Amino acid sequence: MNWTALATSLQLAATTSGILLLIGVPVAYWLAYSERRWKFLVEAVVALPLVLPPTVLGFYILIAIGPRSLVGSWYEVLAGRGLPFSFEGLVLASTIYSFPFAVQPVAAAFGSVDRRFVEASWLLGVSRLGTFFRVIVPQSIGGLLTGAVLSFAHTLGEFGVVLMVGGSIEGVTRTVSVDIYEQVQVLDYASANRTAAVLLVFSFVVLSAVYALNRRIWSPWSFADMGRGRGRNDVSG
Amino acid sequence: MRTWGGAAVETMFQVEIEKRFPDGKTIEAAFEMATDSPGVMVLFGPSGAGKTTLLRCIAGLERLTRGRVKFDGEAWCDVETGAWVPPQRRSVGYLFQEYALFPHLKVSGNLLFGIHGLPRAERGVRVSEVAERLGIDAMLHRYPGELSGGQQQRAALARVLVRRPRLLLLDEPFAALDIRTREEVRSYLSELLSELRIPAIVVTHDWADALALGDEMIVMSEGKMLQKGAPQEVLTHPVATDVAWAVGVETVEPGNRIRTGSDTLTLQVGRAELVAVDSGFAESDFWVCIRGEDVTLETVPGASSSARNRLPGQVRKLEPRGPLTKVTLDVGFPLEALVTRQSALDLNLAPGSRVWAVFKASMVHLIPRR
Repeated sequence: MNWTALATSLQLAATTSGILLLIGVPVAYWLAYSERRWKFLVEAVVALPLVLPPTVLGFYILIAIGPRSLVGSWYEVLAGRGLPFSFEGLVLASTIYSFPFAVQPVAAAFGSVDRRFVEASWLLGVSRLGTFFRVIVPQSIGGLLTGAVLSFAHTLGEFGVVLMVGGSIEGVTRTVSVDIYEQVQVLDYASANRTAAVLLVFSFVVLSAVYALNRRIWSPWSFADMGRGRGRNDVSG
Repeated sequence: MRTWGGAAVETMFQVEIEKRFPDGKTIEAAFEMATDSPGVMVLFGPSGAGKTTLLRCIAGLERLTRGRVKFDGEAWCDVETGAWVPPQRRSVGYLFQEYALFPHLKVSGNLLFGIHGLPRAERGVRVSEVAERLGIDAMLHRYPGELSGGQQQRAALARVLVRRPRLLLLDEPFAALDIRTREEVRSYLSELLSELRIPAIVVTHDWADALALGDEMIVMSEGKMLQKGAPQEVLTHPVATDVAWAVGVETVEPGNRIRTGSDTLTLQVGRAELVAVDSGFAESDFWVCIRGEDVTLETVPGASSSARNRLPGQVRKLEPRGPLTKVTLDVGFPLEALVTRQSALDLNLAPGSRVWAVFKASMVHLIPRR
């Protein structure tokens, strides 16, 4: 079992979902509430990583962050080293690759918050930003959690993009999925099996924990709504 | 002092709205209300008449195509000058049809939501004051989903009143309630509105609500204002057939309780006495409402029947109303009956004919008169 690779994977996944939460939430808000005519174009771009083969995405990202590109050359000037085959480059690639997994559940959650609640908040004197944090976010906790977990899990499991952009540098860019691939390449099936099993169990535990938690978060009002609150109209005030 | 329509601009709420939707549907309305002698304006009309849109324009949830909304001289919105006050700063209290209580907050959280900028002590005082007035103090620690419809409405009203709004906008306050709760809420709301001394606009499609709550009433249909006046005046003297159709009740007369039976009331209406079902009213002055369809006409005193009201009278006027004939009678008060054209022929009805008007006590709708 390659613990260094697991550490790299976890670090990458945590960093990526953290960044995605920061970037994804405003984008999701825009997607949920904008009435621009060209919104569909943004939606299509956000969804692209879902359908593109990881090699295609990885290839373009590699070109885009290469030393001859604008981004790549700036980064070299600022950081003193190149983006390709570095952890930072991998974070950038993962962020793009997992973008729809973070944005779509969050946008769906924002979009399903009843418009009346938003308007009610405005009419109670609360600003748009205040309404976002006090009405929209609390009613979208499930979507936010789902977005974070899906992007985390998706980053943990990515392979093609990592190989294209990060290569397989031990302790830097060699993630668990790449490590398993290399073990299979050298016919070390026993090691591959152990690593794969650890990843499988870990992913399952994280997902179950989050889904269980997700359900608990909703319970204070959703269960009240469905159960005790059923007598909505039978008792008068 | 600048004036508008004869009254001081500083104490006027003035509305002149044109709202055109992309599909061509247009809503137009113009009215004004005094803000120093608060009253209740009822926006009345069938669904789709544009009442809620009008309310949303006033609240600042919709932009106008043309016109202006001014409160005490302050332009909340003026398309010509480009003035715009966002809904947050209009200090209107808006009661949504389905209340829109925040499901993730307890009732107390809902009440505190709009006053979190105030000092803590002040917030506590305001919440307990309003909660007590609306009788929801026992429910402050419950979630909206755990309350009945009537309780939810009180909580939503409390959330609005705790901010001490300058204007109240109530969108179909009774629509989400069952009939029994409705009667009860109607009487406490009419009491509350007259006690609050805040001008209020109430949207409804129910003429009984209009009579119970309104000091003034605007009838709307298909985006246009058809008539404006005192509710009883509008209901009994519709200026147009579409108003009559919209309000749908032919006879609205004042009546007084003269006797109380075990489960009925006897009322003096004009020179006649009639019997109505007593739903536990404490009042003794009512609007007596009778729909034309519920009145049966007889030319000879018929066999015994279960109908409690059998009033002798005289036909004054016959008018065709679609497939029916509207018969105006004098039975001690003006009463209108709707009968089929064939019945009118069979009974040989003509102005001056002697008839008996028969209707059940349960068909007499009583609305307490303020």
